[in-house]
Amino acid sequence: MIAPSRVDSLPDSQRIVITGIGLTSPNGNDWPTYRQALLEKQSGVKPYEIRYFGATLAGVCDFDSLRYQSKKEIRRGTRAGSIGIYAASEAVRHSGLDWDRVERSRVGIYIGVTEHGNVETENEIYQIKGFDYDTSVWSHHHNPRTVANNPAGEIALNMGITGPHYTIGAACAAGNAGLIQGAQMLRLDECDVALAGGTSESIHTFGIFASFNSQNALASHDDPSKASRPFDRDRNGIVVAEGSCIYVLERFSDAKRRGAEIYGELVGYAINTDATDFVLPNPQRQAECVALALRRAGLEADDIDIVSTHATGTSSGDAQECLALRQVFGNCKSVRINNTKSFIGHAMGAAGALELAGNLPSFTDGVVHPTINVDHLDPECDLPGLVTNEPVEMAGVDYILNNSFGMLGINSVVIIRRV
Amino acid sequence: MSPAEIRDEIIDILGDIAPDENLDELVDEVSFRDQLELDSMDFLDIVMELRKRHRVQIPEEDYGNLASMQSTVTYLEPKMRDIVKA
Repeated sequence: MIAPSRVDSLPDSQRIVITGIGLTSPNGNDWPTYRQALLEKQSGVKPYEIRYFGATLAGVCDFDSLRYQSKKEIRRGTRAGSIGIYAASEAVRHSGLDWDRVERSRVGIYIGVTEHGNVETENEIYQIKGFDYDTSVWSHHHNPRTVANNPAGEIALNMGITGPHYTIGAACAAGNAGLIQGAQMLRLDECDVALAGGTSESIHTFGIFASFNSQNALASHDDPSKASRPFDRDRNGIVVAEGSCIYVLERFSDAKRRGAEIYGELVGYAINTDATDFVLPNPQRQAECVALALRRAGLEADDIDIVSTHATGTSSGDAQECLALRQVFGNCKSVRINNTKSFIGHAMGAAGALELAGNLPSFTDGVVHPTINVDHLDPECDLPGLVTNEPVEMAGVDYILNNSFGMLGINSVVIIRRV
Repeated sequence: MSPAEIRDEIIDILGDIAPDENLDELVDEVSFRDQLELDSMDFLDIVMELRKRHRVQIPEEDYGNLASMQSTVTYLEPKMRDIVKA
């Protein structure tokens, strides 16, 4: 029996459920393929080369961008737009919504992003360099490509959605933040369908690689598939990845009425702030964020079956998150803890949403995907319940807690329940 | 560049700007907008590409000359006559 949650006391019109999942990840371009890759321990990290920085590693997506866009749309828009259009279109298709009859003014788009515009700005500067920095050849497309709402706005343009659209800038906590925003807007009756999640095109900016490298936080390894190794003693940094995961969220009352398949219910969430450092995380605030999400859900730590960690493979970040998790889950006997970045790298604004999607199938198959590449577990990361290298079967999975944290000390947590 | 070479250049630019269109059947006397899905940003792309490729400057008040292939070539011919096709 599923432990009761505080949302049980809410009317169905205030309960928020997931009815569609669309994604592109470095190791899969649809939800089942992605899940299968996580169970079969298939990494999506590959050798990658980018202007100025040179050879490195990255999680690269290979979805068919022409499935939902014309060549002209792709040329006019951004990579972030394309990735998001693909994921949003897949999510709507997966939801079973009769899209032609959906009132588009009642659809909202809430896309979490870590950053946006760097790719296009770098491209333009590179381009005008060939003209001795003559700004008269700076593209008129630059502004519409780089406005902060672009990754959501391109989805609206492509899908004819006339409800609200915007991005939620929340560093690497953004995937969860997009979901949370979508749920809040449904509860406020600002929309009837929320397309919510996160997107990242960051591998197309050399700056993110160069900056992580200057911070001594960029992963390297002779074997690309071994480069992203959270919790391992020999971890040496982040593998940058692109991707998107967008959910169709609806009120439970609407989903029930149309007989939709429900993939989980958002029963708790929290966002808080460290207010201590630009980069270094604060485990106390992270623990407080997790505890707040649990409290709002009306749950105890023991009720959680899977904790999907944020850990990125940096030396201090992983250890700090483990400190936070020990504080909350240290005495839990049955919780299982895993990490999806070990397969795909760090998909930045998409990370939280993608990592949750990688774990949601556990509600039906009862399997916890592992954290791969843990060849020598760091004693500081030796959490009870950590699932390393091989999947683990559980008697049942009712609650998944998903962590997603970001620079400037933003923390986000969502809790999803099996329905 | 001869008028025929200017036309080839415009076709090449349009190929980038409107990659989904079939340009083989373009009628030179008919306006671009009646044959292709082009908006104002696309016309700015034509202006920009000519500036980047050939340093040809087209002032805003002359944009009307880019309505059709025929009018475009006629307008550009004196500006591009001394450019040697690469």
